[in-house]
Order: sequence, then C-alpha cells, then structure tokens
Amino acid sequence: MSVRRLAAEQPKSFSFNKKNEEWAKKQIAKYPEGRQASAVIPLLWQAQKQAGGWLPEAAIRHVADMLGMAHIRVLEVATFYTMFNLEPVGEYFIQVCGTTPCALRGAEDLIKVCKKRIGEQREVSKDGKFSWLEVECLGACVNAPMVQINDDYYEDLTPELLEKLMNDLKAGKKVKVGPQIDRQYSAPSGGLTTLKGEEK
Amino acid sequence: MLADKDRIFRNLYGVHDWGLKGAMQRGAWDGTKAIITKGRDWIINEMKASGLRGRGGAGFPTGLKWSFMPKESTDGRPSYLVVNADESEPGTCKDREIMRHDPHLLIEGCLIAGFAMNAHTGYIYVRGEYIHERERLEAAIEQAYEAGLLGKKNKCGWDFDLYVHHGAGAYICGEETALLESLEGKKGMPRLKPPFPANVGLYGCPTTVNNVESIAVAPDILRRGAAWFSGFGRPNNAGTKLFCVSGHVNQPCNVEEAMSIPFRELIDKHCGGIRGGWDNLLACIPGGSSVPIVPAAQIVDCPMDFDALKELKSGLGTAAVIVMDKSTDVVRAIARISYFYKHESCGQCTPCREGTGWMWRVLTRMAEGRAQKKEIDLLLDVAGQVEGHTICALGDAAAWPVQGLIRHFRHDIEKRIDDYAANPHSDSVLVAAE
Repeated sequence: MSVRRLAAEQPKSFSFNKKNEEWAKKQIAKYPEGRQASAVIPLLWQAQKQAGGWLPEAAIRHVADMLGMAHIRVLEVATFYTMFNLEPVGEYFIQVCGTTPCALRGAEDLIKVCKKRIGEQREVSKDGKFSWLEVECLGACVNAPMVQINDDYYEDLTPELLEKLMNDLKAGKKVKVGPQIDRQYSAPSGGLTTLKGEEK
Repeated sequence: MLADKDRIFRNLYGVHDWGLKGAMQRGAWDGTKAIITKGRDWIINEMKASGLRGRGGAGFPTGLKWSFMPKESTDGRPSYLVVNADESEPGTCKDREIMRHDPHLLIEGCLIAGFAMNAHTGYIYVRGEYIHERERLEAAIEQAYEAGLLGKKNKCGWDFDLYVHHGAGAYICGEETALLESLEGKKGMPRLKPPFPANVGLYGCPTTVNNVESIAVAPDILRRGAAWFSGFGRPNNAGTKLFCVSGHVNQPCNVEEAMSIPFRELIDKHCGGIRGGWDNLLACIPGGSSVPIVPAAQIVDCPMDFDALKELKSGLGTAAVIVMDKSTDVVRAIARISYFYKHESCGQCTPCREGTGWMWRVLTRMAEGRAQKKEIDLLLDVAGQVEGHTICALGDAAAWPVQGLIRHFRHDIEKRIDDYAANPHSDSVLVAAE
C-alpha cells in the first residue's frame, strides 16, 4: 500500500470537453444497464489525460456525478490505483521500473540519471518538462531495464541512452519508441532463434 | 527444439501483419464455425483431453474450469467470460506479445470459450500501463466486428460481444476476484471464496476468468486436436508454453517452447547462455517473482514444468524465468521483491498489510548485515504466519520468496551479519520490530 493524498492546490472546476463527453458515453454503453460504475477507471483516466497528466479533485467529482456514484466512492478508486497522479507531473512523466528483473539489469543507474537531471521523485523540473517516479513491474521484463514516458515504453536502456532520450524529448525531436537497441521487440537481440522462416 | 510449425504464436515478434488478414493467413478464424457446430461438450472434453493447465500462474486445468459454468441459465442471469490481461507478475511479459502481435488468436479464443461456457459477453481486462496493447486489441476487435466474426448473428454461429476494459496500476487486480471488483468500478480488493466466480462472479452472475495465453491457445488446440497439444511436455504438463527469460542471460527474450524443456536447453538455444558462462550462474526464479528461488545446481537440468519445479519447492507460475548470475546481491534482489509486495498489498487483510512491510524492512537490514542471526528464524516465522492467512494468494506470494531465500541462502545472510558485526559501527544493532 502507499499513502496517497490529493494535492494541496487544486483547480476550481473540471468538466469533460465535448469530444471526451461523447467518448465517455460510448464507454458507459459497454456495460449492462445500471452498471455504469464499471466505467469509472476509463473515465478517470480520460479525465487525467484532459487535465494534463494528473487528476484534480474537481475531475473526481465530475466523473462521480456523471456515473451517479457517491463522490467518496470515486475518491476511493482514484486513491487506490497508482496510475492516477494526484498532483501535477512534468510534460514528460518518466516512470522507471525498479522491480527485480529491471533492477538486475541496471534500473538503479537509470534512477541515478533521473535524480541527477530532474531531482527527487515527483518533483517537476523547473522548465516543467520532466518529473519521474520509481514504479513497480511494467511488464516488459525481457527488455529490461525500461521506462514508460507518458504512453510509451522505452526499453533495453542504459544510462547513456536514457540521457539521450531525455535530451531528444526536451529538444522536441522525434524519438523511437520500444527497444532502444537493434532488436525486434522481445526477440533475442542476437537475431531470431525461432520463427525464422517466411510467413506461413 | 519445438518446430516452428508446432508453434501457436507465429507472430510472437511482430514481424508480420497483426491484423485480420495476416492472422487469417496464419490460420486464425479457420473453421471456427465448425468447432462451434461440434458442440459445447465436445469442446470442453477436447480441452480437458489436451491437458492444458491455466497459463496465469496457478496451473488449474482450463477445460475443467470451463465445465464448472452452468450449462444454461435457469434464473435469467447471463454468464460472462472475463479475460485476465492484467499481466503484472514481475518477470512476466508474454500476454503483451499476444495482444499486440497476435490479437486475433485471443479474440477467436474468446468467442469459442464464450460458447463453451454459454456466455454471450466477454470483457478483457488489460493492465492500465499497456496503453498501446489495449489500442491494438481494440482495433483488432473492430476488425472482427466488421468482418462479421463477432456480434449478433455473426458468421461463427454464436452471438458474442467482446469489450476491452482497463485497470490503472494495481498488481492485485490480477487476482480474479479483485479483477471482478475492479471491473465493477470498485477498489481491487479480493473477495472471499466461496462463492466462486462460476456461481457468483461479475455483477453477481456466473463468470469464468481465464488468462490471455490460456484463451489464445484454445482455437489451435481445437483445430489441431487435443492429442497434438498433449504430445508436448511430460504427462500432466502438456503443451507449448511462452517463456519470458529475463535477468542475467546474454540475450533475454520471450520464446514459445515445448513444456518440460530443460532449463539449460532453454537458455542455451534461445538466450545465448548465462552471462559469463554456466559456472557464473547463481540462482533462478523460474516462474515470476512469487515463486521461491532455486539455486544453480538444482535448476540447470530441471525440466521447466509444473511438477518438476514443484518438486524443487518452487513453481512454474507464469514461466517468467528470472536468471541471476554470481554478481547478484541475492538478499537485495529478494528484498526488492518484498518491497513490491508491500507496495501492492491491497491492505484488506492484516497479515499481508503489516507482514509485507515488516518482511521488507527486516530483509533490507539483512542485506546490509545490520541484523541479528536469531532474526532469520523470526523472519521465517513471520513469513509462515502471513502465508495461508489472507483472503487471496498475495500473502503467500509475499512469503514464498522470503522462505526460498532463507532455505537456500541462509549462509549468505549469516555471513553478512558476521561481516557487519566484525566491523565497528556507530549505530546499535536493532531488533526485528525495527
């Protein structure tokens, strides 16, 4: 468990824009009648995206009202699931996987890079570009060590490759998502050992 | 070595088209209607005969699980299929490949499994972090609808709607009843069993929760026959299996192999051997972070399957093989796993909520040697009190790595304590409760 509290400074109001409102209706329609509470996580996630990467209290209330749920029930959900950021994050929010499979292959060195370049966890850099967090297993263990930056996975990293990635992102350059070395997704880096033939 | 023609996931590495056209060329959606025409009993018997054991970690026979569902609704409640794609067990990254590179195998499997358990609706619960995988899966489902393979009055002959749902970062939602709670829009806290989901599951209706891999292999098993699938692996450990090899091998990778492949062969053939050679192997966690560690001497020639690893007091789990060479600080490695369970405990049961943090703190001190030897037994005692005393298996999963560490590396912990004590330090040695 981790202690999770709402940020001290909060925007006064939040409501979905038109596009997201339409999108939310489609989400709710996935579930049987009367079970609209099922859509709470997808809606909160969309609210977080619209709010710039974090979830203000007003958004939690807005989603609760939309789904006919008690505010406290949605606050429970927002504080339980760790992907909901309850405070502002950088434009590039770096989540470093620190669990054992990544740790065995150098995650701690990636954390050092983040500390050096950004500061402590959750701190947003002065230019607003970056913040970082050590998170638990992101499920890309054979491409360890890795980080998730916003929606994208960056895998097979070294401290140098992570620094370069941060430089490129900061400079607004296009970056390659996925493995940062010459490698076909999760296949062995030395070349395929199976499935070498033509498609059949 | 398993021949490519016997591999189910022929686009595991995303070299080819993931879409409907590519999937059909690889054999997906071929004769789905014919399979359905053979009937529910035939499908369940064939699944039972194939020997498929659930691929999510527990290894429960899939066909048997399907057979627990009511054959028809006597009280008007619908049945649901829920697919567990909340892949979060450290070391495991196989379902991700299925969702992003071969999603149609999963979708076809959902329709067939739905038919076999009399469900017209299925939900796939994808972990929140897999954003692109989720989008890929949604795109593939849309293709299937457009092609008339899903939905009402589809070409396959079984009305079936399939939806993608997602979480938001909680390992516990991989536990099936926590997943159902989450899918209902609540905190992911496991439910007491009984009642089991097959009686009271999603929205209080009969539900079966299956792992992605278990569902995705079903269509090929039914197409090629139970005997084909059960021909791989040792008895009671049938089939092919996706292995995720991470850690200190030269080339970590995902690979589909026959069950019961010896550890050495798996590593040499696909992973380029152990970093620094076989003499440099220290230990291996063979089935995801929850299963106990196995030292080098015991693992090298062990067949990688449920029963052989159980004999080593470990388990196949999700077949996430985490390899550690001799450069590993094994106590810290396990302490980091303990931190994971502390972080992911839902807090519902006291032994887990308090025990996971306690074990992590003590192990962290032990990694430095800042402990007393009698605390090793105390730690073992506490682990035993957490194990088996919680609603779900997270308590067990937190205890097993600690027990495995002490079983095989007690001497290592003792040496650290001696080394620490032999050097002058300004701080006093603390007792276990901090």
